[in-house]
Amino acid sequence: MKMKSIQNHQLYRLVAAHLKEIVREPAVLFWGIVFPILMAWGLGVAFTNKSDMKREVAFVSSVGDTTGLYAHTSAIFGAGFSPVRDTFSVHLKNAKLGNVHLHFRRCSSDEALVLLKKGTVALIVEGNGKNLLYRFDPANAEAQLLYQLVKGVELNGRDYYAAHQAEIKPLDIRGTRYIDFLVPGLLAMGIMMSCSWGISYTIIERRSKKLLRRMVATPMKKSNLLLALITARFLMNVIESLLLFLFAWLYFDIEIQGSLLALLALFLSGNMVFAGISVLISSRTANPEIGNGLINAVVTPMMVVSGIFFSYQHFPEWIVPVIRYMPLTMLADGVRSVFNEGAGLLEVWREVLTLAVTGVVTFVIGLKIFKWY
Amino acid sequence: MEYIVEVSGVKKSFKDVQAVKGVSFGIKPGEFVGLLGPNGAGKTTLVEMIEGLQNPDEGEIRIAGKSWKNNPKELHQLIGLSLQETHFIDRLTVFETAQLFASFYKLGDTRVNEIIELVGLQEKRKAYVNNLSGGQRQRLALGIAVLNKPAVLLLDEPTTGLDPHARREIWTILKNLKEEMNTSLILTTHYMEEAEFLCERIIILDHGTVLADGTIPQLLLDFNGARNLDELFINMTGRHLYE
Repeated sequence: MKMKSIQNHQLYRLVAAHLKEIVREPAVLFWGIVFPILMAWGLGVAFTNKSDMKREVAFVSSVGDTTGLYAHTSAIFGAGFSPVRDTFSVHLKNAKLGNVHLHFRRCSSDEALVLLKKGTVALIVEGNGKNLLYRFDPANAEAQLLYQLVKGVELNGRDYYAAHQAEIKPLDIRGTRYIDFLVPGLLAMGIMMSCSWGISYTIIERRSKKLLRRMVATPMKKSNLLLALITARFLMNVIESLLLFLFAWLYFDIEIQGSLLALLALFLSGNMVFAGISVLISSRTANPEIGNGLINAVVTPMMVVSGIFFSYQHFPEWIVPVIRYMPLTMLADGVRSVFNEGAGLLEVWREVLTLAVTGVVTFVIGLKIFKWY
Repeated sequence: MEYIVEVSGVKKSFKDVQAVKGVSFGIKPGEFVGLLGPNGAGKTTLVEMIEGLQNPDEGEIRIAGKSWKNNPKELHQLIGLSLQETHFIDRLTVFETAQLFASFYKLGDTRVNEIIELVGLQEKRKAYVNNLSGGQRQRLALGIAVLNKPAVLLLDEPTTGLDPHARREIWTILKNLKEEMNTSLILTTHYMEEAEFLCERIIILDHGTVLADGTIPQLLLDFNGARNLDELFINMTGRHLYE
């Protein structure tokens, strides 16, 4: 009897209706659940797996007997020269630093410059019969590192790279990999995307189909309609986030170092802020195309600058404080600090409060100016 | 109570257009009234004001003696309506859609099953709404409109765009409804035969005012020589009711 009365409640029915609508659209499930996991997997694998480093170096000789000079140079590097292929390789081994394969390629100085511009090589070694000259862009950290390596081999032989392994103590601190940075960001972005498209777009579409108008011509409580949309979205977000985390945990061995309670508070406030913003975005227009533009105008800038994929610290200095207070940035930073820095409620309560209040304010404003028909 | 719907001296303007310029009439319980008039006559505005979706600038609308301003909740319980073209949630079934609307009136599955039977959609109970034909969708809209056994039913062009067969089905449902319940009907339509078939009383609107109000035989008698409503309208205005 009790169960029956709950089931006949309009809020229950509205939530159920919206959940069914979501679940019965397979594409929605793909973009909401499978796609973020694929993204985490692809980016995580691309940026996390450390394999042997392979580097190309251009070798240019500026005097007549190039072949002799070339053979001489390869001897300096302790490698055998192959006149047929015009190349020689130096293999440096170090279990702690990772192996490096240097591949020297003989070419004219013009060819070398083309290779440098294309990014195929970062370093040009020039032999003039007396000593070796190194050409590279000192502002390029990668090129500088390569120069140090090659110079080291020139001076000390290739075994130097393998020396002193005992003194190197690799840091074994969790939460420093790229995937550790990425997954909290993807969780935050997932909430934003899911709310803005799931709530805003649905409202605008229903307004354009006059379904909102039909529904408010009944004794239905208006706020229940919006609450139901938000609740259904929230439940979907719980599932989407859990699956993404589960994947990252099983596949990348990611872990939550901080307090679960703080994470929960951030998750709730993140849902609040993006639900509120979504209601505000969709409060007036009945045109899905305008709605599309509005949603993109809000979502895209945050996606680009909020440091989901790469840190926003590289943006110009004056804009960083602005970025830091964007809802997506606050959420992503908060989630990241719980995951990787072991933050608790004490460290993230400001973010939680700001996001929650912003959510309530935008929701109330949206509701005030809401056009039902 | 003599009238279930009382419209008195109602005026409504949008920016520079005066859509309704002082309209008054009363509708008795159980009366089926056809609201006719050319496009732009003010029919939809008038109906929306009776539905509580718009507020009159001047004048008063009362349903069962109550105004929208102070009694929105009670009046929503008293009326049922269907819009010109009704879209529901695409991937809900017929049953689920009716169930959702029933919950707004605190009604359970018994009533849901009743109205599905009433509009003859038993076989489509489990079909998604977006797989229904136009006629089936309008029947569902009609069923939802009468979920709460409304005292006043407002149908805005319920059969526009339907084929003659589907139109007949809707008429039959409405005829049965008239016999079973004491519902008053306000119907706007483009089809003369629909008004003639369903309504005992016709109100003709033009340029926001009531041009004629009465039973069909009476109206035809008043403007002698008119054989049907369209001729009646031509006699009065020199124009066709619908082009």
